[in-house]
Formats: sequence, structure tokens, C-alpha cells
Amino acid sequence: MANIIGAVTTSHIPAIANAMANKAEETPYWKPFFDGYPPVRQWLNEKKPDVIVLFYNDHGLEFFIDKKPTFAIGVADEYHNSDEGWGIATIPPVTGESELSWHIANSLVDDGFDMTICQEMKVDHGLTVPLSLMWPGNNYSHVKVIPVCINCEQYPMPQPKRCYALGRAIGKAIESYDSDMKVAIFGTGGLSHQLDGEGAGTLNRKFDLECMDKLVECPEELTKYSNLDLVKIGGAQTVELNMWIAMRGVLRGKVTELHRNYHAPISNTGAGLLLLEHEMPKAE
Amino acid sequence: MTTNDPTQPIPGVYLFDGKMAKKGYGLNKMCFSFNEQSARDEFNKDPDAYCTKYGLTDMQIKAIHERDIIGLLQQGGSIYYVAKFAGLLKLNMQDIGAIQSGQSLEEFKAMLVRRGSGEV
Repeated sequence: MANIIGAVTTSHIPAIANAMANKAEETPYWKPFFDGYPPVRQWLNEKKPDVIVLFYNDHGLEFFIDKKPTFAIGVADEYHNSDEGWGIATIPPVTGESELSWHIANSLVDDGFDMTICQEMKVDHGLTVPLSLMWPGNNYSHVKVIPVCINCEQYPMPQPKRCYALGRAIGKAIESYDSDMKVAIFGTGGLSHQLDGEGAGTLNRKFDLECMDKLVECPEELTKYSNLDLVKIGGAQTVELNMWIAMRGVLRGKVTELHRNYHAPISNTGAGLLLLEHEMPKAE
Repeated sequence: MTTNDPTQPIPGVYLFDGKMAKKGYGLNKMCFSFNEQSARDEFNKDPDAYCTKYGLTDMQIKAIHERDIIGLLQQGGSIYYVAKFAGLLKLNMQDIGAIQSGQSLEEFKAMLVRRGSGEV
């Protein structure tokens, strides 16, 4: 079986890409944010995962509202980034893992998750910013990525409990894959923020820190929230927490927090970073 | 000063549901096209003709003219697509956050810092 070695959460906002492009990491505004990342980069360089399963949300690059998948998975050998309309520098192609992707897709549909299965999929900052953050200089060509996209744009959106269950099912699929490859899970986006409406600029530091605690210790607590609860507590785009919840669903057994950073605001957002390992139950 | 939309259940939030997605379809489709530089160039050359091409309503065209972000949301714009229009205007998320919440950019940024530090 493939080995799930751990998980990372990170923000994915476009301003991070611009800060890296402009080499602003050491400026007073950005330093408290970027200072969180070296321990996670070191862990990735030591553990050398072969594959990253990355939960993100598309921001209107690949998917338009003519057809809006609730859950989508990429099954391609390669994914391309593209202009999103804001002048963010595009990044080199991302390598896929087609065979494991198809295995996961088959397993998920058998388990009742009706995925949209994508042989072509432009990936936006939701996916590329985390890769740039983890491998500065975009030196990620050695790692294969499986994109899992969750609708956070148009209601109805999948609820936290459903996203957690999706993570559980993906964990089961990975574990049933006949390979000794090492897989790490990324949950991206969040935490509290609101971009639209008179309430733009909503942030909730206390809630964000509670979420990070619960994500480690008692993730089922987070699945009790509805998406509307998240909007009321943390702002309209706090629904992106669903990608972190899905990530957590993949982990099993005792979960250990190896590293944490939280800084707000970054752009309009509460930016959290977690590095988690889990103690897999022994194979029977 | 704009007011909250009474059809939306949470004050200060515009939930992008089926009703809004239908209402804003042409508007969002136009903004989706702004992923392409050629579309941004075409819009800049003749905004009215471009809006007409995508079948925008008079109220949507008015909001585009006036760069009225709240108005665009009320007319069915999704922030994910309206943001591409804002990008075309060279406005970033903090610029439009300030516009929507009725503050100067400096006031908006200061508010974010207060909230981010847990003061409020």
C-alpha cells in the first residue's frame, strides 16, 4: 500500500505569489508570514514525498459557472497554470500522477463520491502558490501532484462533514494502492476572510486559532459547522476551511503537530500553516 | 452609500446561490473572459460594445461604468469574476475591500491589522 506520510496546511492567496516575485519576503509586512515556512520545507526535503494530493478551490480559471463540479480530481500527466486576469506570473507545468489519480477516482465513485474526472485542468493560484511556497524558485518538478478541487464559489457547496468524508475516502483509496510510494496531503486556502460585500475585511483570529487546535485534536468538532456558520463566524470565504477539513480526513490514528504558524492579516486573510504527521494503525 | 441586499440572509455578505448565478450569468461570463489578455484589450477599446456582446442588462452596464463593486454583486456578480474586472482596473483585493466597506484604503488596512491582532 502507498504510505501517507503526513500533511501540510497553507494559505494560497495571490498576494503571496506577488510578494515572492517581488522578493519582498524579508520586508516587515511579509516576514512574520514567510518565517513560518522553513521547517515545513525542511520536512519535505527530508521525507521526500513522491506524490502530493492537494485540496484547493478553483477561482474561475478552469471552471466557470456554466458547469460547476462540486468535487473534481485531475487524472492528467501534467497540469498547466495560466493568466487569471490579475497579472500574476505563471509558473512551470506541474507533473501529475495519472495512474494513482485514476485509482483514487475509481475508488471514490465506488464509495459514493461522484467526482468530475479531468484529463485536462488548468490549475490556478489555489494550487500553484502552495507549491511555490514549499519549493522556492518553483523547484517542484521532482514531485507529482494530484489536484482535488472543492467548490467554494457557488452555492450549494459541499458541507464540512462531506469534505471530511471525502478525505476519509481518499485516504482509503491511497492505502489500497499497490505501491510503496510516499504521499503527503496538502490542504490549502483559508482561514477567516471576506472579499465581497459591505463586510469585506472580516477576520476572526480567535476562531482561526481554535480551528487549528481542533484540526489537530478533534476534527469532528469542525464537521459540526455548516458552511453558513463559517460565513457568519469568519466571513464569506471562510468556507475554504473545507479544504483543510478534507485534508484532515485523510489522516488516521494519532496525529502530531510538528510545526505551526499563524499570521493575520496577509492581504485580507488569516494565514495559517500546520505540519502534521500521523501514526498509522498497524496493518492487520 | 450602498445598502445591504434584503434578500441576502447574512448582513454584509452576498451569497452566490442559484438565483444570483442565474441573474449574473452574462456579467460573470464577461468577467471570466478577462482571463485572456485579448479580451481585456477588446474591453478597454470599447467597453459598451463588449458589455453588449455578453448581453449585460442596463443595470449591470451602469455598475460596470461606475466601477460599483457592490452594485455588481447585487446584480449577480460573483466576487471571483468581479475580481477579474477589478484586476483590469488595476485594483487589488484591498482596494476593492476599502471601496465596498466605505473606507479609505488606509482605514481598511488599519482595520485588518486590528482584527488580525485580535483587538476586535
